[in-house]
Amino acid sequence: MDITIPILILAIPLFMFIFLGLLGGKMSHKLAGTLGTLGMGVTLVLAYTTAFTYFFSGSADFITAGGDRLQYLVFNQTWLAFTKSLVIKLGFLLDPISAMMLVVITTISFMVHLYSLGYMRDHHGVYERGFQRFYAFLSLFSFSMLGLVVATNIFQMYIFWELVGASSYLLIGFYYIKPSAVSASKKAFIVTRFADLGFLIGILVLSFYTGTFDFTQLTSVPVEGLNDVYRVSEGTAEGILNIFQTSAAPVFMGGSVLTWALVLIFMGGMGKSAMLPLHIWLPDAMEGPTPVSALIHAATMVVAGVYLVARLFPLYLMEETALEIITVVGALTAFYAAMVACTQVDIKRVLAFSTISQIAFMMVSLGVARPEIHEGLGYMASMFHLFTHAMFKALLFLGAGALIHAIGSNDYTAMHGLRKYMPITHWTFLIGCLAIAGIIPFSGFFSKDEILSACVGYDWVAYAWMSMVAGLTAFYMFRLYYLIFWWKEHKIPEGHHAPHDQPWTMSLPLIILAAISCVAGFIPFGKLVSWNGEPYDFMAHFDWSVAGVSLTVAVLAIALATVMYRKENNLPEKFKAAVPALWRWCYHRFYWDELYMFITHKIIFNGICRPIAWFDRHIIDGTMDSFATITNKASELIRPLQSGQIQFYVWIYLIGALLLGTITAICLI
Amino acid sequence: MEITAIYYLIPSLIMFCCGVYGFITRKNMIAMLISLELMLNAVDVNFVVFNRFLFPGQMEGMFFTLFAIAIAAAETALAIAIIINIFRSTKNVDVSGLNEMKF
Repeated sequence: MDITIPILILAIPLFMFIFLGLLGGKMSHKLAGTLGTLGMGVTLVLAYTTAFTYFFSGSADFITAGGDRLQYLVFNQTWLAFTKSLVIKLGFLLDPISAMMLVVITTISFMVHLYSLGYMRDHHGVYERGFQRFYAFLSLFSFSMLGLVVATNIFQMYIFWELVGASSYLLIGFYYIKPSAVSASKKAFIVTRFADLGFLIGILVLSFYTGTFDFTQLTSVPVEGLNDVYRVSEGTAEGILNIFQTSAAPVFMGGSVLTWALVLIFMGGMGKSAMLPLHIWLPDAMEGPTPVSALIHAATMVVAGVYLVARLFPLYLMEETALEIITVVGALTAFYAAMVACTQVDIKRVLAFSTISQIAFMMVSLGVARPEIHEGLGYMASMFHLFTHAMFKALLFLGAGALIHAIGSNDYTAMHGLRKYMPITHWTFLIGCLAIAGIIPFSGFFSKDEILSACVGYDWVAYAWMSMVAGLTAFYMFRLYYLIFWWKEHKIPEGHHAPHDQPWTMSLPLIILAAISCVAGFIPFGKLVSWNGEPYDFMAHFDWSVAGVSLTVAVLAIALATVMYRKENNLPEKFKAAVPALWRWCYHRFYWDELYMFITHKIIFNGICRPIAWFDRHIIDGTMDSFATITNKASELIRPLQSGQIQFYVWIYLIGALLLGTITAICLI
Repeated sequence: MEITAIYYLIPSLIMFCCGVYGFITRKNMIAMLISLELMLNAVDVNFVVFNRFLFPGQMEGMFFTLFAIAIAAAETALAIAIIINIFRSTKNVDVSGLNEMKF
């Protein structure tokens, strides 16, 4: 395959970042926005070409005669060669999931670029301050995310992993004069950095024992069912196998090297994907502009953790414990986030918690994936859900952005009854809600159903738990939908004109994403993406009972939401009064933020940082300061001797000469 | 009574000590200059005396003294010029007050 197109996919966004970043201020808002969007459009076309070539060209590079998909290194260039064994490469890896991610990222990114042309200006058409900077950062993010998914080795992934973190930081803090946005951006950066510490240690442990960074080598482990066709590494897998299967491998605190490495790497994924103990940054990240939330904090960056686990999936298969940890963390997070989403007032917060919950679905799906359970259905389901979720969640976020843009508030209390005023937003939002709730022809139904099927094969507890969360998902999404668009008649504040639908730059992405959400479920995803490259026939494993149950649960949840929230009534208040403690805990997000505040401020700051600061200030600085003070005092003391008065010098000289003369005389006598 | 070298050297010593005392104690620059001249003249006397009594056939001490007197005259002129300039700019010839350039 020609390497021009893959290089251009990465080079265009990077160029747009540098170009708009340096020269954006010199050009008009409109030109900068148009250039950024055009650049992303070209990237979109190139990425689609690449993915299409990979999936459908039938070239022997990409697919075997038997129909098994191969990993393909477009290029893999040595970048830093420290020693013979420690070599860091940069490259472009094409395989089913990276090709799928190319499509997802460029689609959402292009939609967001287009949407922002309308969103980032007020009702009088005046562009927001820093509009060019916004587009430069969007391009930087797109570049980083594309670099992340095509990484050929875990170190390249780590580099781009940090770059997406940095661009996320820049975009959350886009309104840098707003203190809440600044603290949210810092929070996001610090929490994910903390998680990345684990990721880095995991990388170091893993590559220390395996002697390689390359994904193709790392994942070419002999797992049952993983055919030779999926292994394209230049080296052999025997070394890796020896380390992990001989008893000589060191054991630390009851876990083998592999367990520790994989759990630590998953910790990085937990940070980026907002899994339970490290989820606190994502709701606050909603302080950023809404298109940014759609692109980074719903569709692409936050699924990087899922992608990471999927990328190393054959390794995870060798270590049951790590997969079980992933399942448990994912299941708890999914339930927690769904509960919290039922009580939030800020519509972006509801969507943020819904994102956490849905990513947890993907994690659970990976955690329960086993080759022996429906031939690794969980892996495929996770990737499928990643794809469909990116589309419908971006749609919901962009819809929320349109509402916020029209109303000027994030709270549904200021909205209510908007369905007549904003028909396009209403219908597209409804499609998004139906998709996430899992109603039949929409994309969410198919992907969620596959996840639940995978859970059934694993354990009925997991299945029941995830079905309950799926019901909660349908409930809180329709609660949000009804509270925004129904509940009661919209009251237009005095001096305001009626809210109305947005300009075409904002409507078009909504319509396109809604259309994708309608049809994406019918993509034969298993044929394209599966854990070992073999085409996978989902219909052979389709279980009508699972689908029927999930559909029933969703419909019941929607019906409940309809009863409670369609027309203004006192049922929600009654419900709140019935379980006050539960409601309060959910509303306050189970006090996780307060817990973090307590741990960081009371324990870490007071107990650890303050003594260290005291030691630094008084002992270390004190020693250094006393050197300076003593020198200073001494010089003050002897300074009068250098008076500049000749007479004084003569006087000293005279005394000295007389003394010397006397001493000489005494000695001579 | 024969006049020996000591009869010259003692007044010369007194002159020199007066010069040193004046140079150290006086703050007035003119007075300092006079004290300096006093020391110089004491040294001149010594030169002449030692030449006269220790090396009677030679003239080096005498010539050296003549040079010293000429140079002292030039030096005094220079010093007076500096003092006058200082006086013009500061209206003061007190040496202890002249420390503006010190720090």
